[in-house]
Amino acid sequence: MKLKKPALLMGTLALVLALSACGNNGENKGASNSTDTNKALTGSLLAVGSTALQPLVEQVGQKFMADSKYAGVQVQVQGGGSGTGLTQVSGGQADIGNSDVFAEEKLKDADADKAKELIDHQVAVVAMSIVSNKDTGVDTLTKQQMVDIFTGKVTNWNEVGGIDEKIVIVNRPSSSGTRSTFEKYALGTKVEDMAGAIQEESSGTVRKIVGETPGAIGYLAFSYLDDSITSIKYDGVEAKVENVITGEYPVWAYEHMYTKGEPNEVVKAFLDYMVSDEIQNGDVVELGYIPASQMQVTRDVDGNVTKK
Amino acid sequence: MKSNNGSPVLIKKHHLEDWIGRIYTTFCVSLLVIIIVSMMYFVASKGLTTFIKDGVNVGDFLFGTKWDPNGDNPVFGALPFIAGSFATSLLAALIASPLSICAALFMNEIVPSWGKRLLQPVIELLAGIPSVVYGFVGLSVIVPLFRDIFPGQGIGIAAGALVLSVMILPTITSIASDALSSLPKGLKESSYALGATRWQTIYSVILPTVMPSLLTGVVLGMARAFGEALAVQMVIGNAPHVPRSLFESASTLTSVITLNMGNTVMGSVQNNALWSMALALMVMTFIFVIVVRLLERRHRL
Repeated sequence: MKLKKPALLMGTLALVLALSACGNNGENKGASNSTDTNKALTGSLLAVGSTALQPLVEQVGQKFMADSKYAGVQVQVQGGGSGTGLTQVSGGQADIGNSDVFAEEKLKDADADKAKELIDHQVAVVAMSIVSNKDTGVDTLTKQQMVDIFTGKVTNWNEVGGIDEKIVIVNRPSSSGTRSTFEKYALGTKVEDMAGAIQEESSGTVRKIVGETPGAIGYLAFSYLDDSITSIKYDGVEAKVENVITGEYPVWAYEHMYTKGEPNEVVKAFLDYMVSDEIQNGDVVELGYIPASQMQVTRDVDGNVTKK
Repeated sequence: MKSNNGSPVLIKKHHLEDWIGRIYTTFCVSLLVIIIVSMMYFVASKGLTTFIKDGVNVGDFLFGTKWDPNGDNPVFGALPFIAGSFATSLLAALIASPLSICAALFMNEIVPSWGKRLLQPVIELLAGIPSVVYGFVGLSVIVPLFRDIFPGQGIGIAAGALVLSVMILPTITSIASDALSSLPKGLKESSYALGATRWQTIYSVILPTVMPSLLTGVVLGMARAFGEALAVQMVIGNAPHVPRSLFESASTLTSVITLNMGNTVMGSVQNNALWSMALALMVMTFIFVIVVRLLERRHRL
């Protein structure tokens, strides 16, 4: 007993100290590695934000650290959502803020100045397909039909050429980046939440519910499409990577990695690695994203599309 | 250390131990208090910003039925979420209380020999299952079942309450069981000695005596149901509307917070409104705690 007590005491104290040290680390991260940018790249970087982009950044981060050139660099990736990513990068807690949407769309009004300080690095494109349960008998919808469905004007599949079945909307939360992409580029208008509509955040759950619920309609990133659901053509254009690249299929968005001001050496090396051909044609495609470099069109924050 | 030669050592070893112990425990206690107070301060300051800085009317927030934070004219009515939280946790308590009180009676009064040995591990297991597992089972089993039996898509308050009721079973059962087993033996025995049957004993002696503890269990169970986020979010549908039936998509305070917190930018009105809901949740927890304290006081008398 005599020995145990002090040991316990020291243990707890050590834990408390370690915990408080952790807290400090997190806050100072941004500052500390912007100062030590010296010869053989060493340091650490923290990328926070979008869960849609997280798997890619994580996988590339692992590869980056495994590369002997960057052996001294520690890459940390965290989720938390696009809003969190933008908040933390503009607050300096994170080096990179991952976002599904342009920073200007999230940081509005009073925060508009913060958006101006951020530099956009578009690393990939995510395209979305409208999906429905397999029983609906519909494989193409026009833009107007979709607006009618998502605003509640059309409530039965037989009004859009399908079977007699009530339409069940599976939407995303109103703050979701996926939803704002869908509303902006597929519907062209913001829609209010319908009473009785289902809202889910995770794409896996959306797929499960759409696949199981008769008459369900939703939207999913291309990487989530499989046999359990029907992918619906948009104005007759099939949801395929080739159609996205040529700009024919409009429901897509950039995945952004934001830095506050010009990135330091470590962050820059990582971002360059991210857009290198090896990664863009390898990991990006493998994980179901579309390489930003392959796109034949570009789009700005206001949605204006221009041919490259 | 010499102790018996006239000049006593200034600090004796056991005194030192006492002091170290005292300082250490005081440190732990004050750390706890600081954590709780600072959390309260943080959530309250964030939550009140919505009303003070962003100019959202408290009444509109608490009783407004329209939640449209991203529209051209943002509206922040949290009633759908508050109503959803109350409906799910009340319904869950209604389903779970009779079950768990009967289970506790079975364990302690009816078959104390093997009942406790069998049920105790089961209840501990129930308490240990992670909430995401409950949610997933709910989504894969309860939702399709409800979809087939009742009109609607199966999701909604009914599915949420059923999942929650299983989650709060262990809480209510273990508190009820503790209360029953700590009952003075004399009470029961004198009732039997008067010729009362087991049912009469349970109904008119045991239950009235332990009622405050049973209610404490129910309230704590409700508090747990009120704060549960993940499992409910998976089966309730999350539409920001007051539902017209138990089988229509609805939301709770916790589900709307977890769905939107990560996607909104700190300091934006929508984010602050979410903090206000967190504040509402915390206030509710305090009310639950106060109710429990009142019940305990009644128990002591």
